Parts: sequence; C-alpha cells; structure tokens
Amino acid sequence: MRLLSPIKDHHSERRLFIGRVIIASVFSVILLGLVIARLVQLQVFDHELFAEKSQGNRVRIEAVPPIRGLVFDRKGRVLAENLPAYQLELIPEQVDDIDDTLNRLAAIKLVDVDDIPRIKELSLSGQQFKPVTLKFRLTDEEIANFAIQRPRFPGVDFQPRLVRHYPHGALFAHAVGYVGALNTSDMQRLDSARYAGTSHTGKTGVESSFEDRLHGDAGFRHLITNARGRHVAANTTELLDSLPADEAAAPGSNIYLSIDLDLQKVASNALEGRRGAVVAIDPRNGEILAMVSAPSFDPNLFAVGMSTAEYAGLQNNPDRPLFNRAVRGTYPPGSTIKPMLALAALETGATNLTRKSVCIGYFQLEGNEHRYRDWKREGHGPVDLHDAISQSCDVYFYEISGELGIDNMHEYLTRFGLGAATGIDVHGERPGLVPSREWKRRNFSDRDNQRWYNGETVIASIGQGFMLVTPLQLASVVATLSSRGDRYRPHLVAAVEDPLSGQREIIEPEWLGNVTIGNEFYWDNVLEAMHDVMQGPRGSARAVGRGAPYQMAGKSGTAQVVSIAQDEEYDEEELEERQRDHALFISFAPFDDPQIAVAVIVENGSSGSGVAAPIAKAVMDEYLGYGDDAAN
Amino acid sequence: MRLTDTQRLFAPKRGSINSVSGLFRSLNIDGPLLGGLLLICVFGLFVLYSAAGENSRLIINQAVRLGVALVGMLVVAQLPPDFLRRWTPWAYVAGLLLLILVLTKGDVGQGARRWLDVGVRFQPSEAMKLAVPMMTAWFLHDRQIPPKFSHLAIIAVLIAVPTYLIAKQPDLGTSLLIAASGIIVIMLAGMSFKIIFGMGVLAIPGALAVWHFMLDYQKQRVLTLFNPDSDPLGAGYNIIQSKIAIGSGGLFGKGWTNGSQAHLEFLPERHTDFIFAVLGEEFGLFGVLSLLALYAFVIGRGLYIAVQAHDTYSRLLAGSISLTFLVYVFVNTAMVTGLVPVVGVPLPLVSFGGTSMVTLLAGFGILMSIHSHRKLLPH
Repeated sequence: MRLLSPIKDHHSERRLFIGRVIIASVFSVILLGLVIARLVQLQVFDHELFAEKSQGNRVRIEAVPPIRGLVFDRKGRVLAENLPAYQLELIPEQVDDIDDTLNRLAAIKLVDVDDIPRIKELSLSGQQFKPVTLKFRLTDEEIANFAIQRPRFPGVDFQPRLVRHYPHGALFAHAVGYVGALNTSDMQRLDSARYAGTSHTGKTGVESSFEDRLHGDAGFRHLITNARGRHVAANTTELLDSLPADEAAAPGSNIYLSIDLDLQKVASNALEGRRGAVVAIDPRNGEILAMVSAPSFDPNLFAVGMSTAEYAGLQNNPDRPLFNRAVRGTYPPGSTIKPMLALAALETGATNLTRKSVCIGYFQLEGNEHRYRDWKREGHGPVDLHDAISQSCDVYFYEISGELGIDNMHEYLTRFGLGAATGIDVHGERPGLVPSREWKRRNFSDRDNQRWYNGETVIASIGQGFMLVTPLQLASVVATLSSRGDRYRPHLVAAVEDPLSGQREIIEPEWLGNVTIGNEFYWDNVLEAMHDVMQGPRGSARAVGRGAPYQMAGKSGTAQVVSIAQDEEYDEEELEERQRDHALFISFAPFDDPQIAVAVIVENGSSGSGVAAPIAKAVMDEYLGYGDDAAN
Repeated sequence: MRLTDTQRLFAPKRGSINSVSGLFRSLNIDGPLLGGLLLICVFGLFVLYSAAGENSRLIINQAVRLGVALVGMLVVAQLPPDFLRRWTPWAYVAGLLLLILVLTKGDVGQGARRWLDVGVRFQPSEAMKLAVPMMTAWFLHDRQIPPKFSHLAIIAVLIAVPTYLIAKQPDLGTSLLIAASGIIVIMLAGMSFKIIFGMGVLAIPGALAVWHFMLDYQKQRVLTLFNPDSDPLGAGYNIIQSKIAIGSGGLFGKGWTNGSQAHLEFLPERHTDFIFAVLGEEFGLFGVLSLLALYAFVIGRGLYIAVQAHDTYSRLLAGSISLTFLVYVFVNTAMVTGLVPVVGVPLPLVSFGGTSMVTLLAGFGILMSIHSHRKLLPH
C-alpha cells in the first residue's frame, strides 16, 4: 500500500479546488463588502457628524486679552503703560505631573520655590486651557535657558505679553495703584468671560477703582491645535479656511487723572525721608492735584511679580510703604480744626468777634484741678478769635468749648465732611471720626465710659481726643474753607477716553452743597486769621509765608501721638522718635482767588508750622508757577 | 531527462527578450500582478508621505525597502515550485528552530520578544507567514484530496506549533494570521464542510479559552471595540479618532497632506497600523475604494494563478497566499473602521515597515513563479 502513491484524479481535484476558490471568492467579496459598507456609512451617511467632530478636535477657542487702558496725568503724560515682555506660562491641561514640572523648573531657577503652592492653586482653579503665568518678564538669559530645555517641559512655554509698567515708579504707587496677578479670589469676583485671557487685575488705587473701564473686553480667536492642545501654525490655507470668524478684543479706556505730574514730584520730594502724606485739591471742583503717601514703593514689582521674600519685606517694613496714608491714615487733626470750630462758635453764638480771653498758658474746668495746657507754656496773653486762630491759642478754644458744646462741634464738623468718607474715586478710604455723645454711647461697653465728659469737649476743641481725620479729609476741608463753604467731592479721575475714537468723557465735578454759615463776615474773619497764620506779623507759620510772591492762608496743627497706632514692635531707639507729635498743616492759595488747597501730615514731625507748612508751601509755589524761584 | 534543480534555475527561457511581455516571461514576471502591486506601493508611498508628516527621509527609507523587497520578489520568482516544494520541510523546521530561539534569546521590543539579532534584526514569525502554508501544501501534495481526517490531525499540529510559539512572544495578531494561512490551505484542499462547521462550533469554547489566555491589554482592545466611548482618552481613543478621520474625509477627502486628524496628531499610529484612516481622511471614499479595488485586483489575479496552477502544492500555496493577503487587508481595514478589535496588523504594502513587505512580496514572487513555471501537462 505504502509503495503505491495514491492515484490522484487531477481533474476532480481541480474541480474541487475551483469550487473552493469560488466559495472563497464569495467570502472575500462579502468581507470587502462589509468594509465598503462601513466606509459608506462613515464617509457618506455620518460624514457631517464626523466632519464636525474633526473640526471640534482641532479648533480651540482662545481668549485674547484686551489691551489695558493707559493712565495719564492731567497734561497727558503717561503714568501707567503696557510694555511687551516675555513671560513663562503653563497650560495645566497639557502637563502630566504639575508637581514634577514645577520642581524641575524651580531647579533651573525659572520658578521661585515659594511660588509653587500659589501656582498649583491657580492651575487647579482656572478655566480650561487658560495659561497660568509662572514668571513675568523673562530676561533674555532666561528665555535662552528655557528655549534649550523646552522639550523637557511639555505644556510650558514663553509667550509675548503686555506687562503693565509704571514709568514713574514709586511716585504714583498710591494714587494710580498697581495691577497684580489674578488670584483665586479675583477669579471668583470677576466676570470670567471678560477676563478669559487676562492675567492681571487692578489691586489698588485708580487701577483698582477704574478696573472696569481700564480692562476692556476680551476677544476670541480660533486656533488650530494639535492633539496635545498646542497651537500649531497652519501651513495650508485649507486648514484655516473653515474657521469661524474671530472677535477682536475691545481695548480698555484710557484714564486722565487730575493729578499734575510736576506737582506730584514736588510733593513727593518735599516729603522725602519722612512718613506722611500730602494731598492737594483744586477747591473749585474737587480735582486732586497731588496725592502722595510716603514712604512709597515701586508698583512695578507687583506688575512683574516679586518673590515672597521681597513681598514680605514690603509688608513687614515698619514704615509701612504699602499703606496709603493719604486716604487710609487717620490722625488727630489738632489745631487744624480751629477755623471750622471758630465758624461754628460764631454761628452758634458761643463766641463773637470781639470777645477776648487772657491766655495764661492753661485752662481749668470749674471745680477741677486738671490743667488743660496751651502749647505755649507762658500763654498768649489777651487774644481774640482772630489771634486765637493766627497764633493758635488753645486756651481761647478751651474756654469757648463749654458754650459751643460737643453737639455743635459734631454738627459743624460733620457739615464740613469730617467723620465720613469723602467718596473719592479710589477704594479703601477711611471715614475718620468725629466723636459725639451718641458715638460714645454706642462704642463703649461700660457705663462710665458711655458718658460724655466735659473734659472731652475741652480737648476736642483743639482736635485731640477721639477725633481722627485723614489727610484727604483735611485737604477737602481746607478746600471747603477756601471756597467759603462750597464742597466738592474729591476725585482723581478727570476724564475717561475711548482709545479707538479718541472721544473723552469728562468727569463733571460733583458739588456737595455749601456749609451754610449765615454771616459772610464770619468767613472774612476766619479766613483773614488763616491768612495771618502765614503772612500776619504774629502768625504761627509766618516764617514760611514771609516774602512769598502771592497771598496764602493756612493753619498748622500738632497732634499728640497718644499711643502707638499700629501693632509693630519698635526698637528701643526708635521709640522716642515715633512718640513725637504728628505735624499737620492745611493751607490754600492764592488768598483772594483760591486755586489750590493743600493738606500735609508728617508723622512724628513735631511741628506743624515748622515741618509740615514748608511742604505745603512748596506744593503751592509749584502749582502757582513760583516753583523754582521760591525754592531758593 | 531530468535536470537538477540548479540546472533548471538557469535553463534558458522561452520567449524573446525584445518585447516587454517577452522580457517579463524570461524573468518569470507576471505583468498584471506586478502592475497591481506597483500601483498599490506607489499609492501607499503617497499616503505614507502625508501620514508621516511629510517626512521625506522616511519615504526614501520606505522606498529603499520597497526596492529591496521587489528584488526579493523577482529572485523568488526564479525559483521553480518544485524546488520550493522540495525545500519546504527544511524551511519549516528552520523556522520553528528560530521561533524557539526567539523565545529564549530574542530581543525585547514593545513588551514582546519578537526580534532576533543576527547581524540584522528580523522577526522569524515573518518567515513563518510563508513557511506554514508552504508546509501545509507540501503535506497535502502527495496525499489524497480532500484530506482524510488523520491527515487533518497532523496538519493541525503543523499549524498549531508555530501559532503557539508566536502567540507566546506575545504576538496574537501574527499568530492568528499564520493559523489562518494554514487553515485556508486545508479549506481550499476540500476539507469537508461538516468538519468546517464542526470547527466553527468548537470555535466558541476555543474563543473562550483564547479570552482566558489573553493579556489584559488584549482583552481591553476587544471590549473597547464594542464601546469605544467608554474610555475615549484611553483604549477607545484610537478607534474614535480613526473613525473621525475617515468619516470627516467624506466622498473626496480633505486633500493630500490636508488631513487635520493626521497632521495635528489626533490620529495615533498614523503611518503604521492606522494609515488607512489617513487615506480615508485625505482621499475620501473615492480614495479608499480605489485602493480596495487595487487590492481586489491583486487578490483576484492571485486566485486566477491558483486556479491555473498545475499541481496540488502550487495551487494550494497560491490560493493560500492570495487569500491570506485578503485577510490582512480585511483585518486592517475592518480594525481601522472599527469593525473588529484593534490587533496590530499593518495595511499590506502601505503601512510603514520593512519586514512584512519583504514577506508579502516574496509570497507574490512565489505566485509569479507558480504562474510562469506551469507545466503544459500534469505529470
């Protein structure tokens, strides 16, 4: 059997084979038919669905941040602008391991280690594909360094952005304020659509209060992105053709401040090395002409971003450079309230223009041994109201305080706007305090302290005790005095400009009414007394006003530092310096046609007329055009 | 007179060298088959250029491999079927030894032990793609057709051993294709439909057994097929993106090198296993049908050659090579369009990669040899 190879029937074998090939061919056709049917389904029937998905795949909508409005001074000089700079950004969706990426970036010094928690928090809370800024304003060296290592950091890239820049640095840090990186609480507060591409927002000053106008509206553009969400430059028009139209960003409005750059410089220079504030107002409309708080800081640090250590340095500086003393600092007004109390006393009949007191250097309440001292130990001798203002006699005011009473004091000082925020167009203003019986009742818990004591009225008459004012309030008050009672709301912003049309919206002055004093004669006398403070023969600040080419009026004040206002721990050596009296001065000029009203506070400056008055004078000189001559 | 194999190799050919067909005949080339294959390859290079991100170096690389493979095809075409048949068992045994060697000493790549480095790195499993159908056809050549049951049992072992060795690498896709190429031979040999049906019934517990032995990633691929959206960024991502690519291509496609799915890198494995999706995206239904038509032509020509063949070994082998080619085309296109699970099967002659091209074209060389070495009469 084995030897015989089976006889093969080639014909039947071939027939069988052909049969099988036919069956196999049918199968093949069925299989290919299945694939073809599937292709027809995908490419014909479901084509639109998949075309849409493919579009959705590759097109990402990216927000285009608007260009922030510029800030100018009243003469159109730039105070805040935008400069192009490269910043390092991270798109959280494109990073596999944020911790690892940040740590490695920190290792090559592109991220500050202290910043990592903040960046992580931001990257978790932001919108999808919204970049988180790791480092602002990269140096050329940093750009080169990162460019080499870029492949190691997917999802991290540097981008050209506009960075806020303040060309005058510290000069406008408090008035213009600054922008800072958006934090999580900002993002909850702000309209996420408008801020879709924005990295910074105004934090203080006009930058904050006019944020809404300065910011503008985000635009959108459609980007072609690859599977990792990275933008790719399309090299063929076909890829771009079907993209929806982009929407341009609407730039923010430009803001013109009423502040004069030169005046601000003079005020700032005059305060150099001091702690204090200068506020100058145009009494005719409430425009702020200068607003300085010293010491100051470089706002660019916030715009660019600084290290935690730098920030801590600013925060913990005992001189508190970040603190805007002009609107937030509260001080006892001291004698600066005498002109107002004089008007109140005349109006209420508590005194008259001829009444004289003999100042013996102190005053005692009936049945009380306590001596309320005049600043001048030996006393001023016989003084009338005019002398009491011009020589700043305390005893005169002590004497009339009983008749005037705390209720009238409160009433008239409130009419002048003290004890309430002025409503200036920046945030964070403090209202100060004008005490009253009602106020004591509400703010003290034990019964003894809820009573108003006569002694408290006595010291209130020279602006001590509970009374607190801000430099801004003082400036506003002296503006009101200079205009014989017309009150205007102080404001920093003079005009808002549409950057596209150039159209300017002028901010109209807001008249708040008149502090009605029945008799014009009272005004004449009180203002005349203020004039004599500076230019009268016995004026307390005559040394400052002497020889000036214009007529001016003023009133000095010296406020006792009752207790250390803030919680800082002072060095033993500094303690003494910081317990000196605050020096205050209010003034306006020209006397006959007041155009500028200035308030100056120098913390621990000791003497209002000696330290604060020259600063006020320098500001007025500059504004009235005697700047350089008067300085010599 | 009987010529030795060597003498036969160099025996003068009929026909004149003056005409193209004469030249082809003297070189044992089948014109239609060569034409179809060349069209596929050229079309493939165009698609590959776009799929590989217009990387000309990669295209040159592929074209060089293609040239080498074509030369290989022509060399194989010169080997008469009798010569091939005589060497078949040795080739098969050598292949098995190499597979065992791979499992013990092979290089690991992509989580599997598939490569053997002997000066050049190659996959012995590729050689088995031809050796298994050759061995099966060899076994049946001298035996009765349709095969007896006992013969089938032996053939089952001949197929199962290499299949198992390749599956262990693990390379499930290739092992199943190799099993298919052997099974196609016995089906073409007239295995009774009862047995085919019985095997179909047995396939169910068999599939369960396979499922049991599958690795997790393989199971995931199967599960993903049925519900790709369950894991759109993970295992289902490939299928979703390839369906988007093909579907968004529409009738005429987005144009060459304009496929956003491919060029923006949404489509994974776009120049290898998923290149069919690039074709569908950029050339549309029109483009994919053209390629499928070329494939159909080549397969049809192969089956025609099988039917024309004059001995059992030749026709079974030719039929198996042609139909296995069809299986490759089907598995890849069905996988890319989401009809079958993702198994690592490239689109023949189009996907980037050299080894599979050499084997495929060597197979077509065998077809050419079978066709041009027909004997006028059965012996």
